[in-house]
Amino acid sequence: MLLLALDTATPAVTVALHDGDDVIASSSQVDARRHGELLLPAVDRVLAEAGLRLDAVTGIVAGIGPGPYTGLRVGLMTADTFGLALGVPVHGVCTLDGLAYAADLDGPFVVATDARRKEVYWARYADSRTRLTEPAVDRPADIADQVAGLPAVGAGALLYPDTFPQAREPEHVSAAALARLAVERLKAGEELPAPRPLYLRRPDAQVPKNYKVVTPK
Amino acid sequence: MADEPLVLGIETSCDETGVGIVRGTTLLADAVASSVDEHARFGGVVPEVASRAHLEAMVPTIERALKEAGVSARDLDGVAVTAGPGLAGALLVGVSAAKAYAYALGKPLYGVNHLASHICVDQLEHGPLPEPTMALLVSGGHSSLLLSADITSDVRPLGATIDDAAGEAFDKIARVLNLGFPGGPVIDRYAREGDPEAIAFPRGLTGPRDPAYDFSFSGLKTAVARWIEAKRAAGEEVPVRDVSASFQEAVVDVLTRKAVRACKDEGVDHLMIGGGVAANSRLRALAQERCEAAGIRLRMPRPKLCTDNGAMVAALGAEMVARNRAASDWDLSADSSLPVTDPHVPGAAHTHDHVHETARENLYT
Ligand SMILES: [Zn+2]
Repeated sequence: MLLLALDTATPAVTVALHDGDDVIASSSQVDARRHGELLLPAVDRVLAEAGLRLDAVTGIVAGIGPGPYTGLRVGLMTADTFGLALGVPVHGVCTLDGLAYAADLDGPFVVATDARRKEVYWARYADSRTRLTEPAVDRPADIADQVAGLPAVGAGALLYPDTFPQAREPEHVSAAALARLAVERLKAGEELPAPRPLYLRRPDAQVPKNYKVVTPK
Repeated sequence: MADEPLVLGIETSCDETGVGIVRGTTLLADAVASSVDEHARFGGVVPEVASRAHLEAMVPTIERALKEAGVSARDLDGVAVTAGPGLAGALLVGVSAAKAYAYALGKPLYGVNHLASHICVDQLEHGPLPEPTMALLVSGGHSSLLLSADITSDVRPLGATIDDAAGEAFDKIARVLNLGFPGGPVIDRYAREGDPEAIAFPRGLTGPRDPAYDFSFSGLKTAVARWIEAKRAAGEEVPVRDVSASFQEAVVDVLTRKAVRACKDEGVDHLMIGGGVAANSRLRALAQERCEAAGIRLRMPRPKLCTDNGAMVAALGAEMVARNRAASDWDLSADSSLPVTDPHVPGAAHTHDHVHETARENLYT
């Protein structure tokens, strides 16, 4: 088994290779505006570090968000196309689950990432492997009751200390954690979700009102 | 000719997910998935809707193109992609796919210019482009007059619209007439039954002191809208066919007049017309008539190759391979405002680093 994992749903552009036993190479760069430029060179670097070529990969794992769409699509489009070119399966993993896995907590906690527009993408967890709620997008103040008293990880938690007073690292997801989680689930015979984006918000689109009348009244 | 470059091209600059495959100047496949129906109720292309549709359509469209061409991805000599100009988020989906595909197959990547691709597509229809070629590109996104001395390295802008693109004017007038979106085909259809001389709409920027090769369609649009509103205010029925024909005539009259003049001024005896509006039947007829009268050979691809598609990107990519142009780097970015003077985006080893900061801003806003 050789899995290539990648995630572009948070400001991190993160790539990792997992050989079935453990992560053998990884790269994470934080630059929310350059996912498109950074991802392919990162894949190339990680493969070179492991001394492998992409055609040795037996499966792709991609973070499906939720996360800002433009960046999120870079990772998913890349994963999809690798899958097509190599003829290997492409698995999705919820990006919040990857963050939860990396948090390594036994008790209940919250994962929250930055959804911009003063909102967070978030979900509640019973422990690092067990998500309790569907990922959602909300204003921090609106979910204060639901997350009260719980530790919280992710940039969304660190950004809003009023709502998440017990915020802590990790700030962004890592492909290494995503890969470890995916391997654990695949080995347990679990089905992973399709590599389709979790958008959560409808597209911004204003239906134009009746055409603008140009004749002065 | 098996030694001609076999290239796959990906186009996602607007609302069409296009994947084309060519061998040199021979078209092998032209697969297009359009999200136009999803935009219709908004009266225009919604960028986020287009980007979502590109992601969904990409892999199936690549598969369809390979099947149609009857070739194996392993045999490709390169993968080309529209690097810009266009909608930032939409471009980025195509660029991501092209990079991943080229990398996984071990093929060179060519980030190419959308406008130069619109010109180059004519090679698939009428063989190698004469050098130089005059090109008139008209669509919902562009109205440009370009002089191409070498489609891979030397494309000079002579003129462009100073306000709306020609296709945009068609969309807006169709909306005023309640004919739906997109406006081009439906106005063309109504215009066939109307009188192009029924109403004398203005010809923008055609005065003696106006720039010879620039276009303006905003004044025309306002004049047509006012005319329609006046009719409605008077309680009279709007003669949709005559308005369509007269409006359309005003657009294509200016376009063809300026294009023919540019050919004469520059001593170029070939005119290429491309872009979505080149599907307009009246533009095709009038261009033919005026070129014949001026002794200019007109080259217009069939309508399906005039609208955005992947074959045009593949055509330019094949030309890049044939002329040994430098491939792009793996950090190729989508550049929503890629200048027309850059027919492709060569890797850093081959050019000084010029970063379009404004484009980068656009990319994630
Ligand atoms: Zn176009």
